[in-house]
Amino acid sequence: MRTLSLALRNLLRNRRRSLTTLLAMVIGAVTILVFGGYSRNIVLSLQTSYVMRGGHLQIQRKDYFLFGSGNPAAYGIADYQHVIDVVGRDPVLAPMLAVVTPSISLGGIAGNFAAGVSRTILGAGLVVADRNRMRQWNEYELPINVPPSALTGTADDAVVIGNGVARVLELCEPLAVPNCPRHVKAQAAAGADAPADITALAALESRPAAAASEARIELLAANVHGAPNVASLRAVKAERQGFKEFDDMFVGMHLAQAQRLLYGSEKPQATAVVLQLAHTRQIPAAKARLAELLATTLQSEPLEVQDFEVLNPFYGQAVGMFAAIFGFMAVLIGAIVLFTVGNTMSMAVMERTAEIGTLRAMGLRRSGIRRLFMSEALLLGLIGAAAGVSAALCVAWLVNHTGLTWLPPGQVDPVPLTVRVWGETPMMIGTAALLALVAVVSAWWPARRAARMLIVDALRHV
Amino acid sequence: MNVVSMIQIGKTYHLDAVDVPALVGIDLEIRPNCFTVISGPSGSGKTTLLNLIGCIDQANCGEIIVAGEAVQKLADDALSDFRARHIGFIFQNFNLLPVLTVEENVEYPLLLARVPATGRKLRVAALLDAVGIADKARNFPGQLSGGQRQRVAIARALAPSPQLVLADEPTANLDSHTGAAIISLMREMQRERHVSFVFSSHDPKVLAEADDAVMIRDGRIESIERRKPRANGAA
Repeated sequence: MRTLSLALRNLLRNRRRSLTTLLAMVIGAVTILVFGGYSRNIVLSLQTSYVMRGGHLQIQRKDYFLFGSGNPAAYGIADYQHVIDVVGRDPVLAPMLAVVTPSISLGGIAGNFAAGVSRTILGAGLVVADRNRMRQWNEYELPINVPPSALTGTADDAVVIGNGVARVLELCEPLAVPNCPRHVKAQAAAGADAPADITALAALESRPAAAASEARIELLAANVHGAPNVASLRAVKAERQGFKEFDDMFVGMHLAQAQRLLYGSEKPQATAVVLQLAHTRQIPAAKARLAELLATTLQSEPLEVQDFEVLNPFYGQAVGMFAAIFGFMAVLIGAIVLFTVGNTMSMAVMERTAEIGTLRAMGLRRSGIRRLFMSEALLLGLIGAAAGVSAALCVAWLVNHTGLTWLPPGQVDPVPLTVRVWGETPMMIGTAALLALVAVVSAWWPARRAARMLIVDALRHV
Repeated sequence: MNVVSMIQIGKTYHLDAVDVPALVGIDLEIRPNCFTVISGPSGSGKTTLLNLIGCIDQANCGEIIVAGEAVQKLADDALSDFRARHIGFIFQNFNLLPVLTVEENVEYPLLLARVPATGRKLRVAALLDAVGIADKARNFPGQLSGGQRQRVAIARALAPSPQLVLADEPTANLDSHTGAAIISLMREMQRERHVSFVFSSHDPKVLAEADDAVMIRDGRIESIERRKPRANGAA
C-alpha cells in the first residue's frame, strides 16, 4: 500500500469535508488567478499603449531626459538621420526592430486669437506613416483597434490637438468634439468707450475671422536661438489623450512643421529617435547593442538610450501597485487556505486517533504517520490547485465573453474587459504551487501532533 | 528461550500530580508456542502489562526482554521496526483500517516489514484462507460482521510471522458463540504456526484454553499456573 494511495482513500473517506476544503482552495485559486489575470491585462494594456505612443526605446541627446524639456532646441540630435540609418542597418538590431522614427518634443503657447484665448502646450512632431505603423504594435494580442492618426494624408500645417486643448481654445464646435462644455464668458465690466483713434487702429489690425468650419491655432515656440517663432496651424481633429493633464496640453504635428518651429531655416534636428521593437523582451538585448553603437559608430554625438519604463514612470508605478495588491491578496488567501486545510487535517487527526495508535503499534514509524498526513494535505493541495486553475480558466473565459468594456488608464477608447489567465503559465504554475505548498505547510503541525502521540493513549481514544 | 522475560517491572501513572502505581515488581516469563492468558479484575493492570510486553509503553523500572532483545534500550524507530517484525496485535475493537480492503489490511504489516510483493500476495491469500474469510478478500471492514473482522485482525496479526501475538480482550465485543469460535481459531493458529499468544481476559472460556494462566491483582502477579509442560524437556 503506497502512502499516497492510502492518503487518497482517507481523503475520500470524508467526502463532504474534503470537498469543502477543496472548495475553499478553488475559490482562493480563482480569486488569485482572476485578479492576477485582470491586473496582468491592465499592465499589458498600459505597456501596449506606451509602446504604441513612444516605442520601447528612445535615443536622446545626453541629459535631454533630465534637462531637455526646458530647452528642446539645445538638446536635439543634429545628425538624427545618420543615427536612424546606423540603427536600421545594424545586423544585430535590424531583426528586432518594428519601427525606427525621429520625433520632436517641444513646448509653446497655442492660441485661438479669434476667440482671444491661449494656453501652454506640449507639442510632438511625428512622422505620420511611422506612427501609424507603431499603432499596429500589439504583441499581446489585446482586443484593441487603434485607428490611423488623424494627421494621415494632411498638409504640413495640420495638427491634432487634445480634447482639453480644443475645449480651452474654444475649438470644440468646429472640431465637433462631443460632450465638450462651452465656456461662459463673464460680462465685460462697463467703462468708458475707447478713444476713436484707438478703435480705428484696432479695426485696421483685426484679421478676418476664420471660416466657421475651420479650426486654426497659432502656435508660439522659442526657436534654437531663443527667439519666438509663430506658426498658424490647422487643427484637423481633437482626440482624447487618456490623462487629463496631457489631454489639456497635447498638440501633435508633422515632424517638418515642428522642425520649422524649432530650427527655422537651419538644419533640422530631432529630440529623439524612437525605436519600437517586435517584442518587449528584446529590450535588454537592444539596449546592449545600442550601447555598443553609441560607443563606436555613433560616438560623434553625446547620446543615451532610455526605455519606455523610464520615460513613463507611471507604468512602473502601476506595475508595482498591482504587484503589491496581488501579493497582498495571495498572502490573505494563502492564510485562509492555511487555516482551512490545517483545520481539516486537525479534525482528521482527532477522528483517526485510534487508527494512528493501531498503525504505530503495527510498526509504522513516527515519520510514516507524518508522511501519511502530509501526503493527504499534498493531495488536497494538488487537487485543489488543479481544480482552482481549471475553474479560474472557466471564469476568465466567461468574463472575456460577456462583452463588458472599461477604459484603462492612458487609453483613449474603452476596451473589452478581459482577464488574462490562459497563457500566463508562470502565474498559473505559481498559484498552483503556492496552494499545494500552503496545504502541505498547514498539515505540518497536525501531522507532527499525530506522530508524537503516545501509542497507548491513541489506542484508548474513542 | 522465553519469548518474553520481565524482571522487576514497575509502572506508575502520574494523574493530576498523583502517582498511581499500575504494576509493581512484576517478574514474568512468557514461554514460546504457548497460549498465555493474563487474567484479573478490571483495573488490575492486565492491559498495562500487555502494553509493556507489546513495546507500546515504557516501564518505569525493571527490565523487559522480548524475542531476545532488551527493548527498553531501543530508540523509537528501532522499536517500531521491532514491533513490525516480532509482535502482532489483536484489539478488542478489531482496529482494522476502514479504507483498506480485507486483503489490504492483512497485507499492510507485510509492507511495514518490507516483504516483497510476490511474497505478500501469497502470504495474504494463505492467511485469509486459514482464518476462513478468503471469499471476503475484496470487502471492506465495514461490510463484515464482528466475528469476520476479528478473523481479519487475527490474519493481520499473524501476517509478518511474529514470535508473539498480543490480544487485549479479543472476545469482549463478540457474542459468546462467535467469541468461542475466535478463541478456537486463535488456538488453532497458535498451534499451527508455533507462535506465542498472550491474552488479557477475564472470560472463563478463554482462561480454560490457556497453557499458562497468569492471575494479576492490584498490579501484582497473584499466581502463575503452568498447565502445559515446557517444550524440550524444560519444566
